[in-house]
Amino acid sequence: MMRCVHFARRVTKLWAPVEAPGLLKVTNLQRSACHLPPKKVMAEEKPWALFSEVGGEGYLEGVIGIMKQHFQLICHKDFLKNPLVYGPKIQALFVWNCYPAAEPSLLTSLPSLKVVANGGVGIDHLDVSYINSLGVKVTNTPGVVSAATADMAMGLLLASARKIVEGHLISVDPKTTYLPSSLMGVEVSGSTLGIIGMGNIGYKIAQRGKGFDMRILYHNRTRRCLEDEEAVGAIYCRNMDDLLKESDFVVLAVNLSPETKHLIGHRELALMKDTATLVNISRGLVVDQEALLKALQSGVIQAAALDVTYPEPLPRDHPLLSLPNVLLTPHAGTNTNTTVRKMVQLMVENAVAVVKGSQVPNEVKL
Amino acid sequence: MAEEKPWALFSEVGGEGYLEGVIGIMKQHFQLICHKDFLKNPLVYGPKIQALFVWNCYPAAEPSLLTSLPSLKVVANGGVGIDHLDVSYINSLGVKVTNTPGVVSAATADMAMGLLLASARKIVEGHLISVDPKTTYLPSSLMGVEVSGSTLGIIGMGNIGYKIAQRGKGFDMRILYHNRTRRCLEDEEAVGAIYCRNMDDLLKESDFVVLAVNLSPETKHLIGHRELALMKDTATLVNISRGLVVDQEALLKALQSGVIQAAALDVTYPEPLPRDHPLLSLPNVLLTPHAGTNTNTTVRKMVQLMVENAVAVVKGSQVPNEVKL
Repeated sequence: MMRCVHFARRVTKLWAPVEAPGLLKVTNLQRSACHLPPKKVMAEEKPWALFSEVGGEGYLEGVIGIMKQHFQLICHKDFLKNPLVYGPKIQALFVWNCYPAAEPSLLTSLPSLKVVANGGVGIDHLDVSYINSLGVKVTNTPGVVSAATADMAMGLLLASARKIVEGHLISVDPKTTYLPSSLMGVEVSGSTLGIIGMGNIGYKIAQRGKGFDMRILYHNRTRRCLEDEEAVGAIYCRNMDDLLKESDFVVLAVNLSPETKHLIGHRELALMKDTATLVNISRGLVVDQEALLKALQSGVIQAAALDVTYPEPLPRDHPLLSLPNVLLTPHAGTNTNTTVRKMVQLMVENAVAVVKGSQVPNEVKL
Repeated sequence: MAEEKPWALFSEVGGEGYLEGVIGIMKQHFQLICHKDFLKNPLVYGPKIQALFVWNCYPAAEPSLLTSLPSLKVVANGGVGIDHLDVSYINSLGVKVTNTPGVVSAATADMAMGLLLASARKIVEGHLISVDPKTTYLPSSLMGVEVSGSTLGIIGMGNIGYKIAQRGKGFDMRILYHNRTRRCLEDEEAVGAIYCRNMDDLLKESDFVVLAVNLSPETKHLIGHRELALMKDTATLVNISRGLVVDQEALLKALQSGVIQAAALDVTYPEPLPRDHPLLSLPNVLLTPHAGTNTNTTVRKMVQLMVENAVAVVKGSQVPNEVKL
């Protein structure tokens, strides 16, 4: 019996591709694991996890099952009804869209907490050193978010450049009697794309831009290797100012940190071409939003396409909402069923690894 | 040289016509008269006109007009599509027809990708939610479909179709194509495109079907009930060719009943659609106002080439882009 349980622990990743088949006798293990009535034996063993909510700003119904495979779940609303009873059971806190907030008021009521597992790669909303000081690990989900986010960056760039929202609204307007030849956009093909932040996401943006024969400039804390640069035809700009001066489209793909807060302000916007478009898929605070507003109102830059703002959502009377040259999307950079599933799977995998004490795929280390 | 410049008839400035900024390109080589002014005195102006510039199908190169232009040498179209021109009839009058291929390709391919991405990632819907006065939180339920790694099926692999394939490759899309003739191996390998001799195979496997054919008797209603039924019910149809390439009623039914998931159309029939047309109110339809080449850069190039074609015909020199049947 103990041997079966041991094998069951070794094969927690039955639902994922087996990475080292040579180490395990897979067929025997599968038979052993199948002998176990999984729900009955493992239910008592499943650790407890706290998560935000289903629906609203939380999770889609379809992904809760992934979390339930490995954890007994309690949503924040139910937790708050009896924190003294539930608190000591919780070993994992799942954070999605910044909820539940991993703050002292919550964490001090979770004495058994081992991990704050974030869904998403950005962790600017988490005080990692504080959380670590409680003996709790922080994990995130890099990699799986990159393609969808890069797609969104290009989607925003094209929709802004070619006035797709405006065009759609004209096309469906009851008052439209003819299609105006005056709805002119700007050329994307052959233009200059400036990528600030050349991590996983920035690099994928470069790959996509190359398909449009765009001239690609990039700025990053560290330069990429020559092979990487040549693969996408990207030119390194050690000085971000050079990138700002030459780009037709400036895309922000940095993470938010003390170094990148308000990275783009009055000065940077003034360096940009007055025909340029700013695309932000990073975090609202990377941009000095008041400076951006002024720049857009006065024609210092031509347009902006923002998947992120500060706060989210913007107050309903915020001037950015009514500027004709601003395209806004509701922080939807990873909003596809495929990518959300991958994010939840990785978030859960990270949490399982911490709780079980095995190697953690994506621990955030300071 | 003002006395030497030949006369040309064009549609109008503004409205559905030309932007002010490009008229200068035409004035460099021609004395211009707009259609409205021409109609005030066709007997006086008619015999002077050697070139007819057609833009957005206007002025219509029909017998009622052409028979009043006895000196006409060329119908010079702005744009590559010439389905609105009866080329054999025009040729029978001893008049050449020219168009503007090549210069339209990049901008049109960009529009195809823009429509694909905007539809897939619900950008219009997302924008409207973001600016809605009633929005209090950003819903996690606004889910789109994955573009990266999906299957792109291109029907019509000419200049525009090929550029669409190049762009799709950048998104790691699996690229299938159908064309009257197969491209050479080198072309296919450069973009990783797989030839589907049978269009049905492309329809069955694609997540995004993009139409980039020209309109001809062979391609009219190329996509009808049968073709839509072959498509995945999770697939999106993107049309940047001509409205008539699609059986629009069949498309409407397919979208209403979930036979396909969505459509993104830069072209319809007619343009614009009647204001009460059901396509205008379907949540899964993205429409743009035939704006595939609408950038200042591309419009300038189109006008320059259109004028270059007309000048060559009038002068009797080699014509860059004569449409030959």
